[in-house]
Amino acid sequence: MNSALLIILLFLLFSLYLGIRAKRGKDMNMEQFAVGGRGFGTLFIFLLIAGEVYTTFTFLGGSGWAYSKGAAAYYVPAYIFLAYVLSYWLAPKVWRYAKDHNIISQPDFFASKYNSRGLGIIVAIVGSMALVPYIVIQFKGLGIIVGEASYGAIPPLTASIIGAAVVTIYVMVSGIHGSAWTALIKDFMILAIVIFLGIYIPFHYFGGIQPMFENVQAVKPEMLTLSAEGLSPAWFISTVLLNALGFYLLPNSFVVVLSANGEKSIRKNAITLPLYTLLLLFVFFIGFAAVLKIPGLQGADGDLSLLRLAIQTFDPWMIGLIGAAGLLTALVPASVMLMAASVGLTKSFYKVLVPHATEKQQLNVSKLFILLISSAALVLTVTGGEALAMLNIMSYSLVTQLAPSLFFSLFNKNTVNKYGAGAGIIVSVLLVLYVTIKEIKISTFLPDVPHVINDISLGFIALIINVIVMLVVSFITRAMAVNSTSLENVENSSFLKREG
Amino acid sequence: MKSVKILLFVPFIGLLGFIPAANRIEPYIFGLPFLLFYIIFWMVLSSVLLTVIYKLDPENRRRDSQ
Repeated sequence: MNSALLIILLFLLFSLYLGIRAKRGKDMNMEQFAVGGRGFGTLFIFLLIAGEVYTTFTFLGGSGWAYSKGAAAYYVPAYIFLAYVLSYWLAPKVWRYAKDHNIISQPDFFASKYNSRGLGIIVAIVGSMALVPYIVIQFKGLGIIVGEASYGAIPPLTASIIGAAVVTIYVMVSGIHGSAWTALIKDFMILAIVIFLGIYIPFHYFGGIQPMFENVQAVKPEMLTLSAEGLSPAWFISTVLLNALGFYLLPNSFVVVLSANGEKSIRKNAITLPLYTLLLLFVFFIGFAAVLKIPGLQGADGDLSLLRLAIQTFDPWMIGLIGAAGLLTALVPASVMLMAASVGLTKSFYKVLVPHATEKQQLNVSKLFILLISSAALVLTVTGGEALAMLNIMSYSLVTQLAPSLFFSLFNKNTVNKYGAGAGIIVSVLLVLYVTIKEIKISTFLPDVPHVINDISLGFIALIINVIVMLVVSFITRAMAVNSTSLENVENSSFLKREG
Repeated sequence: MKSVKILLFVPFIGLLGFIPAANRIEPYIFGLPFLLFYIIFWMVLSSVLLTVIYKLDPENRRRDSQ
């Protein structure tokens, strides 16, 4: 056993211990399990929300995008910090309503706001569709990280299975408490590792940050700006806006908001979280350094740029620490995702099937769902190819379609009713699915359309259609309701006349 | 959405509205190519702006809002 593997293994066992120990002293019921009894203060909310952002994507994808696509990678920190700005308004409103109505899951929130169990089920389906690919990516990423960092001693698939087992066990035992405690060491680790690497590597190889960028500029200047078409400014703006609006609609982000102990701790977090996004800057430094130092990684292999460059630079014990940090970036988000998806499914589907289910039954069903989703995700990790990659591309496009009906429901007077909300979501989600699977761009219909319009994210166009359908259907159904009641009134009055 | 919360729109407009103009490598600022600097600049400014909003927001002064 090499030293890297030993360090990774120690961290894995430590997370399992912390995750299980988190349950101690808690009388576990649904509210404790799903939202920690709404008791998390500013620090834990910070760690959990930040934890949802710094996933394996930070480690692999962030540097991978910078490596293979250059400046387009900047969209990630851009949408994340704008989502935090939006959260100052959005999150306290969501929290307050959920607290007053005793809501612990996203589907229930919609079901309650629109007084429609059916809408709750639609929301649960859309949320799970977006989450499952994310969970799979965490498992896959975990396998890659541990595989590389153990110098091939552990095959990626074995690592994925062990990691999935650990996270499933501690979420089933401790619910969100397990995630919160493992988030504590995870954030410490990733902060230390990423900042160290992001500074050490550019200085070690190029003598500084600016010299490194100037080297990139000399070789591949196109990597430092957005391109004229394709991943262009139009793409950037529409994607950032789409993802910023959708960020808190991801069921795992949503549930973290509910777990706060008050509106103030949420608002305080909105202030500090944008600064935490700076961490991605250091990840990009590593990606750009890799462009020059280890050129030639093709396609998906670009995601390996950080690990390969690190292995080339450091001793095994350091690689072990990097691998451990990478492992934690998979475990923590995956745990909240598993929990959010399963509680959502329990609260929507199971509650409809068994309306009088006790707390204990609901808790057991939630745990069963965790086991099921985790197993399904593991199977997809092994088998998933095309379809999975496609779902992942769509994740944000899908989940953001829930945003308009949420936002409308937070205003004092909601102009949208349940029919409008349901129709808007269904139409736009089907549109996103169809368009992504068929690989349609706007130019498919209008070959002469300028690039500025063609590059707009299709999820964003679906969002606009969503809002239009929502308002039109709400207006028509309301008019019909008014008509039928006024008809009744007419009939009643004529009936009265006849009586008279 | 009233009063001071209108300021929440500022980072959206400030960042996204000027991306086409900021899409350039030079000048380098703090060692960063201009586009990257521009995004980081708004990230930090958002934090400052949110601090101001938090201080001015009457909802944070109410005792019952914890």
